[in-house]
Amino acid sequence: MSSAKKETTIVAFCCIYCAYAAADLAGSMRLQYPSNIRILRTPCTGRLEVEYFMKAFEDGADGVIVAGCEEGSCHFKEGNLVAKRRVNYAKKLLAEAGLESDRLRMVNVSAASARKLVDYLKEMAATIEKLGPSPLHTVKQLARQESKS
Amino acid sequence: MIVAERKTIPELIDILQGHKNVLVLGCGTCVTVCLAGGEREVSIIASALRIASRTQNLDFKVSELTIERQCDNIFIEQAAEAIDKSDAVLSLGCGAGVQAIAERYPRKPVYAGLNTKFLGILEERGIWTEKCAACGACVLHEYGGICPVTRCAKHMLNGPCGGSKEDRCEVNPDRPCAWQLIYQRLKSIGQLQKLEQVTMPKNWGPSLSGGPRTIIRDDHRI
Ligand code: SF4
Ligand code: SF4
Repeated sequence: MSSAKKETTIVAFCCIYCAYAAADLAGSMRLQYPSNIRILRTPCTGRLEVEYFMKAFEDGADGVIVAGCEEGSCHFKEGNLVAKRRVNYAKKLLAEAGLESDRLRMVNVSAASARKLVDYLKEMAATIEKLGPSPLHTVKQLARQESKS
Repeated sequence: MIVAERKTIPELIDILQGHKNVLVLGCGTCVTVCLAGGEREVSIIASALRIASRTQNLDFKVSELTIERQCDNIFIEQAAEAIDKSDAVLSLGCGAGVQAIAERYPRKPVYAGLNTKFLGILEERGIWTEKCAACGACVLHEYGGICPVTRCAKHMLNGPCGGSKEDRCEVNPDRPCAWQLIYQRLKSIGQLQKLEQVTMPKNWGPSLSGGPRTIIRDDHRI
């Protein structure tokens, strides 16, 4: 594992009806996904508000991936479509605030698509490795180091 | 309601230059309903400002508070402590709210975080449209309830203009011609004869053209 990967954290908001089940299945299938991914179960991606993404970055996430059901098959009909618009809005805000918008991404997977989910998670980890740790994270770490010394 | 829209984060950063401790102050009334300056937007904009402060090494602190109404003294009082602690206020109220706060805190810089746009309605989820320009002497009764001052691009009181094409406005074909709407509406309520009268030029005295307006109600004064 590279050192950049070790330092970074990627929050994966996974809808309980699809991506979370897919992550479970990935485990049963012994599929490996990057160890810096932290999976958070959500009742529906439509439950996620713009401020959740903003706070995740503020609190030190280097990347955030939102995994919802495939379009057209949301358990609550259109929660994933709502999430898509919110993710797009948050990306715009992050870019305005000076953070790379690629650090936030939405993907769609079914409960059976363990492999697809793992591929998306790997892609996300690669993106974050390329971008490096979040500038917010770095500043925070520096501040912590400074306060220790 | 009053409809507003947020300024961009770079614009806000520019406005807040030099301050170290900023209070983002929301308003729980009109701008909450139009999703521009309520508690949620305060949280989102404050977050974005904190992120910007860290990515750009600006080193300012951002705190958050939302009060019920920024244009009302009783509620402004509830923000006193937070305002005192900050060295500047970024108000997410409408232009009236921003000025109400500024008037009560003569020594505190108070900035507008929103662009106040118009008096309008929620047309459908996520879409707001302008309906009234607060002209001060309402003529809606003459026009079937459709405002020519606001909704006709040329503010014509004896329309339509020569450019009305089918039902579209020549100034912007994405908009319906207000005069087409007025015609249809008067027809459907059986008042088409109203269009036979020529309307005399409107008295703009009661409008903003006469300077800022005041309403005094003696029956409510103490
Ligand atoms: S006539 Fe004046 S007061 Fe009436 S809706 Fe139009 S702008 Fe508003
Ligand atoms: S086309 Fe209709 S709405 Fe547009 S300016 Fe002419 S009369 Fe007004």
